[in-house]
Amino acid sequence: MRRIQMTVDGRAHVAEVEPRLLLLHHLRENLGIGGVHTGCNTTSCGACTVHIDGESVKSCTVLAVQADGHEVTTVRGIMENGLWHPMQQAFHEAHGLQCGYCTPGMIMASISLLKENPDATEQEIREGLEGNLCRCTGYENIVKAVQLVQQHTNGQPA
Amino acid sequence: MIPIAFDYEVAESVDHAIELLKENGDEAKLLAGGHSLLPIMKLRLATPTVLIDLGRIDDLNYVRDEGDHLAIGAMTRHCDMERDATLQEQCGLISYTASLVGDPQVRHRGTIGGSVSHGDAASDLPSALLALEANFVIKGSGGERTVAAGDFFEDYLQTTLAPDEVLTEIQVPKLNGAGWSYKKFNRRAQDWAVVGVAAVVERSNGSIGSARIGLTNMGSTPLRATAAESALSGADPSSVAEATSSADEGTSPSSDIAASSEYRRHLARVLSRRAVEEALSR
Repeated sequence: MRRIQMTVDGRAHVAEVEPRLLLLHHLRENLGIGGVHTGCNTTSCGACTVHIDGESVKSCTVLAVQADGHEVTTVRGIMENGLWHPMQQAFHEAHGLQCGYCTPGMIMASISLLKENPDATEQEIREGLEGNLCRCTGYENIVKAVQLVQQHTNGQPA
Repeated sequence: MIPIAFDYEVAESVDHAIELLKENGDEAKLLAGGHSLLPIMKLRLATPTVLIDLGRIDDLNYVRDEGDHLAIGAMTRHCDMERDATLQEQCGLISYTASLVGDPQVRHRGTIGGSVSHGDAASDLPSALLALEANFVIKGSGGERTVAAGDFFEDYLQTTLAPDEVLTEIQVPKLNGAGWSYKKFNRRAQDWAVVGVAAVVERSNGSIGSARIGLTNMGSTPLRATAAESALSGADPSSVAEATSSADEGTSPSSDIAASSEYRRHLARVLSRRAVEEALSR
Protein backbone atom coordinates (compact mmCIF):
# COMPACT_ATOMS: atom_id res chain seq x y z
CA MET A 1 0.00 0.00 0.00
CA ARG A 2 1.20 3.46 -0.72
CA ARG A 3 -0.01 6.74 0.72
CA ILE A 4 -1.00 9.29 -1.92
CA GLN A 5 -2.36 12.79 -1.80
CA MET A 6 -4.05 14.54 -4.68
CA THR A 7 -6.44 17.37 -5.24
CA VAL A 8 -9.62 16.14 -6.88
CA ASP A 9 -12.15 18.70 -8.07
CA GLY A 10 -10.63 21.28 -5.77
CA ARG A 11 -10.53 19.14 -2.63
CA ALA A 12 -7.47 17.45 -1.14
CA HIS A 13 -7.76 13.69 -0.76
CA VAL A 14 -5.34 11.40 1.03
CA ALA A 15 -5.57 7.65 0.50
CA GLU A 16 -3.68 4.40 0.98
CA VAL A 17 -3.75 2.56 -2.33
CA GLU A 18 -2.25 -0.48 -4.00
CA PRO A 19 0.26 0.65 -6.65
CA ARG A 20 -1.71 -1.25 -9.30
CA LEU A 21 -4.91 0.70 -8.64
CA LEU A 22 -5.90 2.67 -11.74
CA LEU A 23 -6.78 6.33 -11.34
CA LEU A 24 -10.14 5.46 -12.92
CA HIS A 25 -10.97 3.02 -10.14
CA HIS A 26 -9.64 5.33 -7.44
CA LEU A 27 -11.94 8.12 -8.63
CA ARG A 28 -14.99 5.90 -9.04
CA GLU A 29 -14.67 3.45 -6.19
CA ASN A 30 -12.70 5.26 -3.49
CA LEU A 31 -14.00 8.76 -4.12
CA GLY A 32 -17.43 7.83 -5.48
CA ILE A 33 -17.23 9.95 -8.61
CA GLY A 34 -19.59 8.07 -10.91
CA GLY A 35 -19.26 10.75 -13.59
CA VAL A 36 -15.93 9.24 -14.58
CA HIS A 37 -17.12 6.44 -16.83
CA THR A 38 -15.48 3.09 -17.40
CA GLY A 39 -15.64 2.37 -21.11
CA CYS A 40 -13.26 0.17 -23.07
CA ASN A 41 -10.57 0.11 -20.37
CA THR A 42 -7.98 -0.11 -23.18
CA THR A 43 -7.02 3.56 -23.80
CA SER A 44 -9.29 3.66 -26.83
CA CYS A 45 -12.71 5.14 -26.10
CA GLY A 46 -11.99 8.14 -23.88
CA ALA A 47 -15.07 7.71 -21.63
CA CYS A 48 -12.78 7.85 -18.59
CA THR A 49 -11.11 11.13 -19.62
CA VAL A 50 -10.23 13.47 -16.75
CA HIS A 51 -7.69 16.27 -16.44
CA ILE A 52 -4.36 16.01 -14.63
CA ASP A 53 -3.01 19.53 -14.06
CA GLY A 54 -5.46 20.80 -16.68
CA GLU A 55 -4.59 18.34 -19.45
CA SER A 56 -6.83 15.54 -20.69
CA VAL A 57 -5.75 11.99 -19.87
CA LYS A 58 -7.42 8.59 -19.96
CA SER A 59 -7.74 7.59 -16.33
CA CYS A 60 -7.82 3.88 -17.24
CA THR A 61 -4.18 4.17 -18.28
CA VAL A 62 -2.82 6.15 -15.35
CA LEU A 63 -2.00 4.61 -12.00
CA ALA A 64 -3.42 6.43 -9.00
CA VAL A 65 0.13 6.61 -7.61
CA GLN A 66 1.23 8.50 -10.73
CA ALA A 67 -1.28 11.24 -9.91
CA ASP A 68 0.17 11.63 -6.41
CA GLY A 69 0.71 15.32 -5.72
CA HIS A 70 -1.19 16.42 -8.81
CA GLU A 71 -4.46 18.18 -9.44
CA VAL A 72 -7.18 15.99 -10.91
CA THR A 73 -10.36 17.42 -12.38
CA THR A 74 -13.39 15.33 -13.31
CA VAL A 75 -16.68 16.31 -14.92
CA ARG A 76 -18.04 16.70 -11.40
CA GLY A 77 -15.65 19.55 -10.65
CA ILE A 78 -16.13 21.86 -13.62
CA MET A 79 -19.28 23.72 -12.57
CA GLU A 80 -18.61 27.24 -11.38
CA ASN A 81 -20.78 29.06 -8.82
CA GLY A 82 -23.50 26.47 -9.24
CA LEU A 83 -23.66 27.03 -12.99
CA TRP A 84 -22.79 24.55 -15.69
CA HIS A 85 -19.43 24.95 -17.33
CA PRO A 86 -19.82 26.59 -20.76
CA MET A 87 -18.95 23.26 -22.38
CA GLN A 88 -21.70 21.47 -20.44
CA GLN A 89 -24.14 24.22 -21.40
CA ALA A 90 -23.12 23.93 -25.05
CA PHE A 91 -23.52 20.12 -25.10
CA HIS A 92 -27.02 20.72 -23.70
CA GLU A 93 -27.91 23.43 -26.21
CA ALA A 94 -26.41 21.72 -29.26
CA HIS A 95 -27.78 18.30 -28.22
CA GLY A 96 -24.22 16.99 -28.12
CA LEU A 97 -25.30 13.75 -26.48
CA GLN A 98 -27.62 10.88 -27.14
CA CYS A 99 -27.19 8.01 -24.67
CA GLY A 100 -24.75 10.13 -22.66
CA TYR A 101 -22.21 7.46 -21.92
CA CYS A 102 -19.33 9.16 -23.73
CA THR A 103 -20.39 12.64 -22.61
CA PRO A 104 -18.25 13.21 -19.50
CA GLY A 105 -15.15 12.16 -21.42
CA MET A 106 -16.17 14.20 -24.46
CA ILE A 107 -16.68 17.28 -22.32
CA MET A 108 -13.35 16.91 -20.53
CA ALA A 109 -11.51 16.27 -23.81
CA SER A 110 -13.25 19.27 -25.41
CA ILE A 111 -12.31 21.62 -22.57
CA SER A 112 -8.67 20.51 -22.83
CA LEU A 113 -8.80 20.89 -26.62
CA LEU A 114 -10.02 24.51 -26.54
CA LYS A 115 -7.58 25.39 -23.79
CA GLU A 116 -4.73 24.31 -26.07
CA ASN A 117 -6.25 25.58 -29.31
CA PRO A 118 -9.03 28.15 -28.65
CA ASP A 119 -9.49 28.90 -32.35
CA ALA A 120 -9.52 25.28 -33.49
CA THR A 121 -11.09 24.81 -36.92
CA GLU A 122 -13.81 22.24 -37.44
CA GLN A 123 -11.18 19.81 -38.74
CA GLU A 124 -8.95 20.47 -35.73
CA ILE A 125 -11.88 19.88 -33.38
CA ARG A 126 -12.59 16.53 -35.07
CA GLU A 127 -8.93 15.54 -34.86
CA GLY A 128 -8.68 16.87 -31.30
CA LEU A 129 -11.49 14.54 -30.26
CA GLU A 130 -10.05 11.49 -32.02
CA GLY A 131 -9.41 9.88 -28.65
CA ASN A 132 -13.10 9.85 -27.75
CA LEU A 133 -15.62 7.48 -29.28
CA CYS A 134 -19.38 8.03 -29.39
CA ARG A 135 -21.09 4.76 -30.21
CA CYS A 136 -24.35 6.61 -30.90
CA THR A 137 -22.20 8.28 -33.60
CA GLY A 138 -23.42 11.67 -32.47
CA TYR A 139 -20.29 13.42 -33.62
CA GLU A 140 -21.95 16.18 -35.65
CA ASN A 141 -23.61 17.76 -32.63
CA ILE A 142 -20.59 17.20 -30.43
CA VAL A 143 -18.47 19.21 -32.87
CA LYS A 144 -21.23 21.86 -33.00
CA ALA A 145 -21.22 22.07 -29.20
CA VAL A 146 -17.50 22.78 -29.16
CA GLN A 147 -17.99 25.41 -31.84
CA LEU A 148 -20.81 26.93 -29.79
CA VAL A 149 -18.39 27.47 -26.92
CA GLN A 150 -16.00 29.16 -29.33
CA GLN A 151 -18.79 31.44 -30.55
CA HIS A 152 -19.85 32.35 -27.02
CA THR A 153 -16.24 32.99 -26.03
CA ASN A 154 -15.72 35.23 -29.04
CA GLY A 155 -18.90 37.17 -28.23
CA GLN A 156 -20.64 36.10 -31.40
CA PRO A 157 -24.31 35.20 -31.38
CA ALA A 158 -24.80 31.47 -31.34
CA MET B 1 -7.92 -5.50 -16.93
CA ILE B 2 -6.07 -5.07 -13.66
CA PRO B 3 -2.30 -5.63 -13.57
CA ILE B 4 -0.79 -8.19 -11.22
CA ALA B 5 0.33 -6.71 -7.92
CA PHE B 6 3.70 -4.98 -8.01
CA ASP B 7 5.88 -2.79 -5.84
CA TYR B 8 6.24 0.85 -6.82
CA GLU B 9 9.35 2.94 -6.41
CA VAL B 10 9.81 6.59 -7.29
CA ALA B 11 13.18 7.42 -8.84
CA GLU B 12 14.42 10.80 -7.64
CA SER B 13 17.15 10.96 -10.28
CA VAL B 14 18.62 8.89 -13.12
CA ASP B 15 21.33 7.60 -10.77
CA HIS B 16 18.66 6.61 -8.26
CA ALA B 17 16.76 4.80 -11.04
CA ILE B 18 19.91 2.86 -11.94
CA GLU B 19 20.41 1.92 -8.27
CA LEU B 20 16.82 0.73 -8.03
CA LEU B 21 17.22 -1.29 -11.24
CA LYS B 22 20.33 -2.96 -9.82
CA GLU B 23 18.58 -3.77 -6.56
CA ASN B 24 15.54 -5.26 -8.24
CA GLY B 25 17.12 -7.13 -11.14
CA ASP B 26 15.17 -8.46 -14.10
CA GLU B 27 11.83 -8.22 -12.34
CA ALA B 28 11.82 -4.42 -12.45
CA LYS B 29 10.57 -2.20 -15.25
CA LEU B 30 10.97 1.52 -15.71
CA LEU B 31 7.73 3.49 -15.91
CA ALA B 32 7.80 6.62 -18.07
CA GLY B 33 4.40 7.83 -19.31
CA GLY B 34 3.05 4.30 -19.07
CA HIS B 35 1.16 4.36 -22.34
CA SER B 36 2.93 1.34 -23.78
CA LEU B 37 3.65 -0.48 -20.54
CA LEU B 38 0.39 -0.14 -18.59
CA PRO B 39 -1.83 -1.49 -21.41
CA ILE B 40 0.25 -4.67 -21.69
CA MET B 41 0.39 -4.98 -17.89
CA LYS B 42 -3.40 -4.74 -17.77
CA LEU B 43 -3.55 -7.58 -20.31
CA ARG B 44 -0.94 -9.39 -18.16
CA LEU B 45 1.34 -9.73 -21.15
CA ALA B 46 3.91 -7.98 -18.97
CA THR B 47 4.16 -8.87 -15.29
CA PRO B 48 6.97 -6.87 -13.70
CA THR B 49 6.98 -7.14 -9.94
CA VAL B 50 8.54 -3.70 -9.43
CA LEU B 51 7.81 -0.48 -11.30
CA ILE B 52 10.36 2.32 -11.05
CA ASP B 53 8.64 5.58 -11.88
CA LEU B 54 10.73 8.14 -13.79
CA GLY B 55 7.80 10.57 -13.78
CA ARG B 56 9.19 12.68 -10.95
CA ILE B 57 12.51 13.41 -12.67
CA ASP B 58 11.74 16.84 -14.08
CA ASP B 59 15.12 17.42 -15.70
CA LEU B 60 14.55 14.71 -18.33
CA ASN B 61 11.90 16.79 -20.13
CA TYR B 62 13.63 19.18 -22.54
CA VAL B 63 14.51 20.02 -26.11
CA ARG B 64 17.89 21.72 -26.42
CA ASP B 65 19.82 23.16 -29.31
CA GLU B 66 23.29 21.67 -28.99
CA GLY B 67 24.78 23.40 -32.02
CA ASP B 68 25.14 20.58 -34.54
CA HIS B 69 22.18 18.61 -33.22
CA LEU B 70 19.11 18.80 -31.02
CA ALA B 71 18.91 16.92 -27.72
CA ILE B 72 15.55 15.62 -26.50
CA GLY B 73 15.20 14.45 -22.89
CA ALA B 74 13.81 10.93 -22.60
CA MET B 75 10.80 12.07 -20.55
CA THR B 76 9.74 14.66 -23.12
CA ARG B 77 6.11 13.95 -23.93
CA HIS B 78 4.68 13.63 -27.43
CA CYS B 79 2.59 16.78 -26.87
CA ASP B 80 5.73 18.70 -25.83
CA MET B 81 7.54 17.70 -29.02
CA GLU B 82 4.46 18.45 -31.12
CA ARG B 83 4.47 22.07 -29.88
CA ASP B 84 8.21 22.69 -29.51
CA ALA B 85 9.25 25.59 -31.78
CA THR B 86 12.90 24.46 -32.04
CA LEU B 87 11.88 20.97 -33.17
CA GLN B 88 9.27 22.36 -35.56
CA GLU B 89 11.87 24.57 -37.22
CA GLN B 90 14.93 22.34 -37.19
CA CYS B 91 13.63 18.79 -37.10
CA GLY B 92 10.03 18.95 -38.23
CA LEU B 93 9.95 15.20 -38.81
CA ILE B 94 9.96 14.60 -35.05
CA SER B 95 7.35 17.19 -34.05
CA TYR B 96 5.09 16.06 -36.90
CA THR B 97 5.49 12.34 -36.21
CA ALA B 98 4.87 12.93 -32.48
CA SER B 99 1.60 14.66 -33.42
CA LEU B 100 0.39 11.42 -35.06
CA VAL B 101 0.94 9.17 -32.04
CA GLY B 102 -2.28 7.89 -30.47
CA ASP B 103 -4.62 10.73 -29.57
CA PRO B 104 -4.33 13.94 -27.51
CA GLN B 105 -4.81 12.14 -24.20
CA VAL B 106 -2.09 9.63 -25.09
CA ARG B 107 0.23 12.42 -26.20
CA HIS B 108 -0.27 14.18 -22.85
CA ARG B 109 1.28 11.16 -21.11
CA GLY B 110 3.43 9.20 -23.55
CA THR B 111 7.12 10.06 -23.84
CA ILE B 112 9.77 9.64 -26.52
CA GLY B 113 12.02 7.68 -24.16
CA GLY B 114 9.22 5.32 -23.22
CA SER B 115 8.26 4.75 -26.83
CA VAL B 116 11.86 4.07 -27.90
CA SER B 117 12.68 1.83 -24.92
CA HIS B 118 9.53 -0.21 -25.44
CA GLY B 119 10.95 -1.09 -28.86
CA ASP B 120 7.66 -1.69 -30.65
CA ALA B 121 8.15 -1.85 -34.42
CA ALA B 122 4.60 -0.52 -34.84
CA SER B 123 5.41 2.75 -33.04
CA ASP B 124 5.88 5.81 -35.21
CA LEU B 125 8.84 7.57 -33.61
CA PRO B 126 11.40 4.72 -33.82
CA SER B 127 11.34 4.57 -37.63
CA ALA B 128 11.54 8.37 -37.85
CA LEU B 129 14.58 8.22 -35.54
CA LEU B 130 16.13 5.53 -37.76
CA ALA B 131 15.67 7.72 -40.84
CA LEU B 132 17.25 10.62 -38.94
CA GLU B 133 20.17 8.41 -37.84
CA ALA B 134 19.51 9.61 -34.30
CA ASN B 135 21.72 8.70 -31.36
CA PHE B 136 20.51 7.46 -27.99
CA VAL B 137 22.30 8.32 -24.76
CA ILE B 138 22.10 5.49 -22.24
CA LYS B 139 23.21 5.52 -18.62
CA GLY B 140 23.86 2.47 -16.48
CA SER B 141 25.95 1.32 -13.57
CA GLY B 142 28.87 0.93 -15.98
CA GLY B 143 28.68 4.57 -17.05
CA GLU B 144 27.28 6.32 -20.09
CA ARG B 145 27.24 5.16 -23.70
CA THR B 146 25.81 6.48 -26.92
CA VAL B 147 24.16 4.05 -29.33
CA ALA B 148 23.11 4.74 -32.91
CA ALA B 149 19.40 4.21 -33.56
CA GLY B 150 20.39 1.57 -36.13
CA ASP B 151 22.09 -0.52 -33.42
CA PHE B 152 19.44 -0.04 -30.72
CA PHE B 153 16.47 -2.15 -31.81
CA GLU B 154 17.27 -5.87 -31.69
CA ASP B 155 14.08 -7.87 -31.98
CA TYR B 156 10.38 -7.79 -31.15
CA LEU B 157 10.18 -5.52 -28.05
CA GLN B 158 13.90 -6.16 -27.53
CA THR B 159 16.48 -3.39 -27.46
CA THR B 160 20.15 -3.12 -26.56
CA LEU B 161 19.22 -1.70 -23.13
CA ALA B 162 20.70 -3.81 -20.33
CA PRO B 163 18.51 -4.49 -17.25
CA ASP B 164 20.33 -1.76 -15.28
CA GLU B 165 20.32 0.89 -18.01
CA VAL B 166 18.17 3.97 -18.57
CA LEU B 167 17.71 5.78 -21.87
CA THR B 168 18.21 9.45 -20.95
CA GLU B 169 18.45 11.44 -24.17
CA ILE B 170 17.66 11.24 -27.87
CA GLN B 171 19.90 13.24 -30.21
CA VAL B 172 18.57 14.19 -33.63
CA PRO B 173 20.30 16.12 -36.41
CA LYS B 174 19.18 19.54 -37.56
CA LEU B 175 17.62 18.99 -40.95
CA ASN B 176 18.80 22.30 -42.40
CA GLY B 177 17.70 22.08 -46.04
CA ALA B 178 16.82 18.40 -46.13
CA GLY B 179 13.22 17.48 -46.92
CA TRP B 180 11.28 15.12 -44.70
CA SER B 181 7.99 13.26 -44.51
CA TYR B 182 6.14 10.71 -42.44
CA LYS B 183 3.32 8.75 -44.02
CA LYS B 184 1.18 6.80 -41.58
CA PHE B 185 -1.41 4.43 -42.95
CA ASN B 186 -4.05 3.41 -40.47
CA ARG B 187 -7.68 2.51 -40.62
CA ARG B 188 -8.99 4.73 -37.86
CA ALA B 189 -7.59 7.92 -36.35
CA GLN B 190 -6.10 6.49 -33.18
CA ASP B 191 -4.97 3.12 -34.54
CA TRP B 192 -1.40 1.93 -34.76
CA ALA B 193 0.17 2.28 -38.18
CA VAL B 194 -0.60 -0.65 -40.45
CA VAL B 195 2.58 0.58 -42.10
CA GLY B 196 4.39 3.90 -41.67
CA VAL B 197 7.23 5.39 -43.67
CA ALA B 198 9.62 8.14 -42.58
CA ALA B 199 11.82 9.81 -45.18
CA VAL B 200 14.68 12.30 -45.00
CA VAL B 201 15.89 13.45 -48.41
CA GLU B 202 18.87 15.68 -49.22
CA ARG B 203 18.93 17.39 -52.58
CA SER B 204 22.02 17.99 -54.68
CA ASN B 205 22.02 20.07 -57.87
CA GLY B 206 18.50 19.15 -58.89
CA SER B 207 19.02 15.45 -58.12
CA ILE B 208 18.47 13.46 -54.98
CA GLY B 209 21.71 13.55 -52.99
CA SER B 210 20.79 10.91 -50.47
CA ALA B 211 17.61 9.50 -49.03
CA ARG B 212 17.05 7.69 -45.75
CA ILE B 213 13.84 5.75 -45.26
CA GLY B 214 12.56 4.26 -41.99
CA LEU B 215 9.79 1.66 -42.02
CA THR B 216 7.19 1.23 -39.27
CA ASN B 217 5.56 -2.18 -38.67
CA MET B 218 7.38 -4.00 -41.47
CA GLY B 219 9.07 -6.57 -39.23
CA SER B 220 10.04 -7.29 -35.65
CA THR B 221 11.98 -4.01 -35.42
CA PRO B 222 11.79 -0.66 -37.16
CA LEU B 223 13.78 -1.02 -40.39
CA ARG B 224 15.65 0.97 -43.02
CA ALA B 225 14.59 0.51 -46.65
CA THR B 226 18.21 0.11 -47.73
CA ALA B 227 17.58 -1.08 -51.30
CA ALA B 228 15.34 1.89 -52.04
CA GLU B 229 17.83 4.23 -50.38
CA SER B 230 20.60 2.97 -52.70
CA ALA B 231 18.37 3.31 -55.74
CA LEU B 232 17.48 6.88 -54.75
CA SER B 233 21.06 7.98 -54.17
CA GLY B 234 21.97 10.41 -56.95
CA ALA B 235 18.71 9.66 -58.78
CA ASP B 236 16.64 12.12 -60.73
CA PRO B 237 13.46 13.19 -58.89
CA SER B 238 11.43 11.81 -61.82
CA SER B 239 12.56 8.27 -60.98
CA VAL B 240 11.23 8.15 -57.41
CA ALA B 241 8.46 5.67 -58.27
CA GLU B 242 10.91 3.20 -59.77
CA ALA B 243 13.49 3.66 -57.02
CA THR B 244 10.99 3.12 -54.21
CA SER B 245 9.60 -0.07 -55.80
CA SER B 246 12.24 -1.93 -53.79
CA ALA B 247 11.23 -0.34 -50.44
CA ASP B 248 9.98 -3.68 -49.08
CA GLU B 249 13.10 -5.62 -50.07
CA GLY B 250 14.53 -7.59 -47.16
CA THR B 251 11.49 -7.08 -44.94
CA SER B 252 9.31 -9.80 -43.44
CA PRO B 253 6.16 -8.07 -42.21
CA SER B 254 3.59 -10.08 -40.31
CA SER B 255 0.03 -10.82 -41.34
CA ASP B 256 -2.63 -9.88 -38.84
CA ILE B 257 -6.20 -8.62 -38.59
CA ALA B 258 -5.23 -5.25 -40.09
CA ALA B 259 -3.33 -6.45 -43.14
CA SER B 260 -1.66 -9.38 -44.86
CA SER B 261 2.09 -9.50 -45.22
CA GLU B 262 1.74 -8.95 -48.96
CA TYR B 263 -0.48 -5.90 -48.45
CA ARG B 264 2.05 -4.45 -46.01
CA ARG B 265 4.76 -4.86 -48.65
CA HIS B 266 2.54 -3.04 -51.12
CA LEU B 267 1.95 -0.24 -48.61
CA ALA B 268 5.68 0.10 -47.91
CA ARG B 269 6.34 0.68 -51.61
CA VAL B 270 3.47 3.12 -52.13
CA LEU B 271 4.06 5.06 -48.90
CA SER B 272 7.81 5.25 -49.59
CA ARG B 273 7.10 6.85 -52.95
CA ARG B 274 4.66 9.31 -51.38
CA ALA B 275 7.02 10.10 -48.51
CA VAL B 276 10.02 10.74 -50.77
CA GLU B 277 7.90 12.85 -53.12
CA GLU B 278 6.60 14.90 -50.21
CA ALA B 279 10.10 15.26 -48.76
CA LEU B 280 11.31 16.57 -52.12
CA SER B 281 8.53 19.16 -52.13
CA ARG B 282 9.56 20.52 -48.71
